[in-house]
Amino acid sequence: MSTENRALLTGKHFLSGDLACAEGALAAGCRFFAGYPITPATEIAERMARRLPQIGATYIQMEDEIASIAAVIGASYAGLKAMTATSGPGFSLMQENIGLAVMTETPCVLVDVMRGGPSTGQPTMASQQDVMQAKWGSHGDYEIIALAPSSVQEAFDLTIEAFNCAETYRVPVMVMMDAIVGHMWEKVIIPSEDNIKIVNRKKPSVPPKEYMPFKPEQNLVPPMAVFGEGYRFHATGLTHDEDGGPRTESIRVQRKLVQRLCDKIRENSDKIVRTKGTMMEDAEIAVVAYGIESRAALSAVRKARADGIKAGLLRLVTLWPFPEESVAEIAKNVKTIVVPEMNYGQLVREVERAAKATPVTFLPKLGEEPHRPEEILEAIKGGTM
Amino acid sequence: MQTEIAHPLDVYLRETGIHNIWCTGCGNGILLNSFATALKELDFDLDKIVVVSGIGCIGRIAGYINADSFHTTHGRPIPFATGVKLANPELKVVVISGDGDLFAIGGNHFIHAARRNVDIKVICANNFNYGMTGGQQGPTTPLNVSTVTTPYGNIEHPFNLVHLAAGSGAVYVARWTTLHVRRLTESIKKALQKQGFSFIEVIAQCPEIYGKSTKMGNAIDFMNWFKKASEVQTFSDPAKAEVTRERIPVGEFVDIEKPTYEKLLREKIVQVENRTRGGT
Repeated sequence: MSTENRALLTGKHFLSGDLACAEGALAAGCRFFAGYPITPATEIAERMARRLPQIGATYIQMEDEIASIAAVIGASYAGLKAMTATSGPGFSLMQENIGLAVMTETPCVLVDVMRGGPSTGQPTMASQQDVMQAKWGSHGDYEIIALAPSSVQEAFDLTIEAFNCAETYRVPVMVMMDAIVGHMWEKVIIPSEDNIKIVNRKKPSVPPKEYMPFKPEQNLVPPMAVFGEGYRFHATGLTHDEDGGPRTESIRVQRKLVQRLCDKIRENSDKIVRTKGTMMEDAEIAVVAYGIESRAALSAVRKARADGIKAGLLRLVTLWPFPEESVAEIAKNVKTIVVPEMNYGQLVREVERAAKATPVTFLPKLGEEPHRPEEILEAIKGGTM
Repeated sequence: MQTEIAHPLDVYLRETGIHNIWCTGCGNGILLNSFATALKELDFDLDKIVVVSGIGCIGRIAGYINADSFHTTHGRPIPFATGVKLANPELKVVVISGDGDLFAIGGNHFIHAARRNVDIKVICANNFNYGMTGGQQGPTTPLNVSTVTTPYGNIEHPFNLVHLAAGSGAVYVARWTTLHVRRLTESIKKALQKQGFSFIEVIAQCPEIYGKSTKMGNAIDFMNWFKKASEVQTFSDPAKAEVTRERIPVGEFVDIEKPTYEKLLREKIVQVENRTRGGT
């Protein structure tokens, strides 16, 4: 079997979300992983430590999560698709360099298997408490992409999509997986190579002398040269012009750069955002949910339909950029929106903002357990009154 | 008619980056000159070198060198460089940064990269303080020295950087001052040709900030201090190489051979690949 074939285990498997995520990364072409042990994401690192050397690629355990994301950014600039995986405390440590990845437009993937916080919190217990941090954790104005798998199959599929988005938009992409999805075991089908869409970053088409490392082309994204290919370019976390040189005192350059970093995601959000509606066509009440909560929500919606209530589910596959239009669209047609989350009120704020006048019922949940379908059903019934 | 003659090191400097931020008399320019001279004397392929720096005055050096370069967040050039080196071991990866960046906020990364023996070169401009932010105390500020954050005198013991590097596992360790330009250049050349984690400390004057707060004077006064206090003590015990007002031990302290992380990784990958191939 060739090295490349060993990277893609085409066939039917029984895997956990963490392991599927690792296999998704390999399928996407990830050839560098740097990480630090942390519950409940360690299985991703362990799988990568075993799998990457089998395909001639590099796994390294760094001294902390700050170093892990720094190494990932370095590997990406040296031309590899690179990933790290962590959980809340490690995700917090990575925030400064997430900003660096945004500023230097580094394609890379971060997996956050969400556990209970704040602080050390509940390491072995699931949550959805990092979804706002994914968007706002680093300082300054910026946009990233975040995806939320709700099944083990999706942990595989969305990790590939995360790499594709990272390569397309030169942005860090986060796979925000609650620890229940991370740790549960399900069937996963790994497709053949022909059936997996792979995107690779666009390289410069101009000779090195003419190369401007941060001059955007299609989709506001600049083509990316790789270290060692003769382009001799400079990248910095400082505000920089299209030539890569620092411009720390130019109002014009700061505006132009920061606006573009945000707009390349905002203006392409229709291409990036994915949601899935179930029984939404004639729905009078919608549940908006993501990750493991969307499965309880689906069950609740089915029960409601059995009771003659016109309920539907809008599942958010993309969390960031927030699926504003999808939510605004359903808000026009329903009386109430129910939002169950495994936190004390995070993405519901975005739903409320997008829903405008449509009332939103929030169902918080702290601690390992997601909502029971009955709890969501009760809220659906409450919304009909 | 006069013809314009290019400086022999111009080719090593990025055209757009020549307006540097450094103060008059700063030691960083000497370090840059030494580094460029080392590249020239080795006839180094500028397409195959990556210069990485952190935050601080010397951190701007990456932008001045005509090679692929990256200016990271504060304290993180070493793990970034580790990622670059492992992703493409063909590249020569050099970190040039300051004492605060490498040994305060980034200290953990330094000891672990040295322990792993990743084949990167770390050059530290040690000016005994945080120059860019206005002269605060740092991990190499000597005892009793007054800075803006130690107005009553520093009560923290400073790092002896060559001892720290040697103890952490570096295969090449040297210290010079900016007075020792030729010897510094030779050490940079040696480090560039050596396999493994190499460390060079460059004691550099900061006349505008540190010189003023300590009343140590201008660049010439610093040079006179370096001349008077430096003692070349090649391969002496790094533990005894503390820098004091009276004595600056300089020279090469470590030059040993040890398998690099990349070599061990490559060997491991070949082993695993063979085993995996055999198993299918």
